[in-house]
Amino acid sequence: MTQINHHLDDSLLMGYSAGALPEAFNLVVASHISMCDECRARLGAFDAVGGAVLEDAGSVQLEMAAADLLDAVGTEKVRPVVSKPTSSIYPQVLLDYIGPDPDQVKWSKLGMGVRQAILKTSSSASVRLLHIPAGCEMPDHGHHGTELTLVLQGAFRDERDRFARGDIEIATEDDHHKPVADESGPCICLAATDAPLHFSGIVQRIAQRWARI
Amino acid sequence: MFKELETVGQPIGVPISAEDAASAPVLSSKTRRRMQPSNMTENTKWVECMSRISLERDRAAFAVIFDHFGPRVKAFLVKSGSNMSMAEECTQDVMITLWRKADMFDPSRASVATWIFTIARNRRIDLLRKERRPEPEELTWGPEADPEPEELLGLQQESTQLVAAIATLPDKQRDLIQKAYFGDLTHAEIASETGLPLGTIKSRIRLALERLRHNMKRNEP
Repeated sequence: MTQINHHLDDSLLMGYSAGALPEAFNLVVASHISMCDECRARLGAFDAVGGAVLEDAGSVQLEMAAADLLDAVGTEKVRPVVSKPTSSIYPQVLLDYIGPDPDQVKWSKLGMGVRQAILKTSSSASVRLLHIPAGCEMPDHGHHGTELTLVLQGAFRDERDRFARGDIEIATEDDHHKPVADESGPCICLAATDAPLHFSGIVQRIAQRWARI
Repeated sequence: MFKELETVGQPIGVPISAEDAASAPVLSSKTRRRMQPSNMTENTKWVECMSRISLERDRAAFAVIFDHFGPRVKAFLVKSGSNMSMAEECTQDVMITLWRKADMFDPSRASVATWIFTIARNRRIDLLRKERRPEPEELTWGPEADPEPEELLGLQQESTQLVAAIATLPDKQRDLIQKAYFGDLTHAEIASETGLPLGTIKSRIRLALERLRHNMKRNEP
């Protein structure tokens, strides 16, 4: 198991458990938990709070009785499908969004060797894969709202610390950080932001930034 | 995942004494006084029903779970903003899922209430927000990692204690937790809300982490 030093915070775990996060954030949270047993255990506690809320939610009478429901659906079981741990750097939950073949990620160029692939989620937040060459500065993928960056391969460093595979950096709009990929190799990250950005806007801004360098 | 059904089934009938509950270090004396011995056996009763559904396709056991949790799931969905007909349809879906996927319930990881909550939450996201719900990969514990009976009981006990602990919170804090889980708070609101009683949850987290570390140590080659 990878040594993970940067974890999800309580608000993200509770938000994920309560179903309050946008889909893009859910994807980053679920990907991190796939790699991090500690956050998985913490999530279990937040889910247990959900169970307690359910117990205490009151009671609204159902229109159908148990026996009638069973008569209607039959008795067949669904066998649990336990997916094999993937050998790729992408957890299964992420492969569900990328497609079965991670070599087929549809990267598009952002300039300076940086590539991105936007994953399709609901529009309240956006999520993308970023591929940053060794030693290169990461594009800033949002100036407002909350920004989650999960390292899938390699590592990056910023003013705060070093972030390697499995680590998650949580940044808010007050943070002005300039992450730089390790010299040792390219860094692949999953980055989500709930900033209300237009796709064309971010590409332009990033292009402008790189043009200035 | 009910790999060793003998192990899972064995402790189910064992009643948990009030003394056991009272020795739990995480609860205030106020909470302990409020816990009834009858509550302590409820969670294990649900676990036993799940086991009978999974093993024997026991319709009576399903009816017991359905009659207790069905109206709660429906109330949960109505409070989460669903209308009556959608709440009815969604609750039926949740109960069918429980029947079909009973094998996937793992009593060493969650109480039955918690497991049902996660199914209901996912259906809610599906139906009300029309979104996919990305879920983490399942853990693949080795065969030696099957739950010990004490662990299983411990987790079910903790869940009961958590219900009791939340019940004793001041109204304002309890309302906030409920609002969050009924989907009435955004992530930003959860993050900025200082009144959320995370301490209550933290004690449960601490126990979960201890158990996890214990498990990992046992699994080391």
